[in-house]
Amino acid sequence: MQAAPSTRRKLTDRTALVVMALCIILSAVPLVSILIEVIVKGLHAIHGLSFFTQPPPGDPTSKGGGVANSIIGTVLMVLIASVVFIPLGILGAVYLAEFAPGTRLSRTVRFFAEVMTGIPSILFGVFAYGIVVVYMHHYSALAGALALGMIMWPIVLRTSEEMLLLVPPGIREASLALGTPKWKTVLKVVLPSASAGITTGAMLAVSRAAGETAPLLFTALDWQFISYKVTQPISSLPVAIFNGATSAYDPQVARAWGAALTLIAFVLILTLAARYVTNRRSAT
Amino acid sequence: MASSFEISGLSAWYGSRLAIEDMSLSVEPNQVTALIGPSGCGKSTFIRCLNRLHELIPGARAEGKVMLDGENIYDDAMDPVAVRRAVGMVFQRPNPFPTMSIQENVVAGFRLNGRKSRKELEEITQAALTGAGLWDEVKDRLSSPAIGLSGGQQQRLCIARATAVEPEILLMDEPCSALDPVATLKIEDLIMELRESYTIVLVTHNMQQAARVADRTAFLLSENTGDPGRIIEVGPTKKIFTQPEDKRTEGYITGRFG
Repeated sequence: MQAAPSTRRKLTDRTALVVMALCIILSAVPLVSILIEVIVKGLHAIHGLSFFTQPPPGDPTSKGGGVANSIIGTVLMVLIASVVFIPLGILGAVYLAEFAPGTRLSRTVRFFAEVMTGIPSILFGVFAYGIVVVYMHHYSALAGALALGMIMWPIVLRTSEEMLLLVPPGIREASLALGTPKWKTVLKVVLPSASAGITTGAMLAVSRAAGETAPLLFTALDWQFISYKVTQPISSLPVAIFNGATSAYDPQVARAWGAALTLIAFVLILTLAARYVTNRRSAT
Repeated sequence: MASSFEISGLSAWYGSRLAIEDMSLSVEPNQVTALIGPSGCGKSTFIRCLNRLHELIPGARAEGKVMLDGENIYDDAMDPVAVRRAVGMVFQRPNPFPTMSIQENVVAGFRLNGRKSRKELEEITQAALTGAGLWDEVKDRLSSPAIGLSGGQQQRLCIARATAVEPEILLMDEPCSALDPVATLKIEDLIMELRESYTIVLVTHNMQQAARVADRTAFLLSENTGDPGRIIEVGPTKKIFTQPEDKRTEGYITGRFG
């Protein structure tokens, strides 16, 4: 027969449990309150579909209008950045993981990629400002896309390399032993095996870029009309939130809340889409 | 008649470390040649030199002559990719392609390296899976993922994948070491059948397995830790296991070391 635990032990057990539960609740408070605040105020500001199809009205004191210019700007810049820098990151990772594993080059590149993910994002804005805005003599969507792409690049490179290194070596050998050239082994066997993880990494980078404000402030600037021109200044959701929230006019502040909700929804949809793709890939 | 290997003076390195030294062996057509020996004696390194897979490890290289039907696969003019097409391999751990279905795995050699019509691929699938003794177990789920199979089934799938491209020689690197006794028995029966049409080089950790399936057996040994592996004795399996000429072979097969 075992003796029943002493009262003191029971008490300690209970106390520890309660303290841990409190910590969890406490850490959820800021997250939940932010979400509730954004959803309530955002829904109030989104008065209808025209919020997504119209630019803000010319007069900052009037109600109505929307943030279509910012949605288009964010999508356009993130799209340009993704099309250029996601392939660059994946190809770089393929080289590091498949053709130069364990070499000094791959260790050096990995180190710098790690450092780059830690650099404050505003510095990428400075970089894009220095090499695009200064030469073009005006702000542009291209400069914004470059800043966002430079933020995405190391994230894509690092996650893709890690995912490629996770592919069991036996799979590569099986393909090579069938008389498959190395490049074909990488393209048709290794990359498909790692595709779910690589997709997740790319989506992570896209979500991160979509929410960046600082690097866009002095590269893409802001633009209150709908524009598709990549060589001209353009609006974006984070910058619209920044400018709207600091405005003196209530209708502009309200539109900023709506833009915040739109941005959260945008990132959430991307994340869910990545999950869906990943699950489907790993299920087959 | 299947192909043969005539190996002479084969040495292999990992960086500056000599792993196997001056190995010579003839592999007769339509026979099973087994390589036995304790861990670290270079069995796997040796077999991986026979399809030039060894040199793909960073820093690894091999020297010597490996004549495949009279042609040296280590000749400068020889394309290693072509060598690997002619010499099939089955690995220690079953390694089906995880993103492919059962059928796609079987015909992977064609999907990756050539064109065949759908009908041809179906015929090849059935023939290879029948040859590997797996057809009846999987014929109703050819398009389901290969990683859903059991370990023994996966290994037979890998054998089907290797034989589907009709190689001249089949290398098997401890094909049963990750399998349970029942699955092992099935693979051994399969090796006996495959011998009818292929020449087989089999690395095994299991002496009883060599005694059961091999026509000829080679005993490999690295005498001290760090020494390169060498071939100590080669001969008909029965002779190696009953009247070995070398004291060290006798010591190993009677279980005195290893």
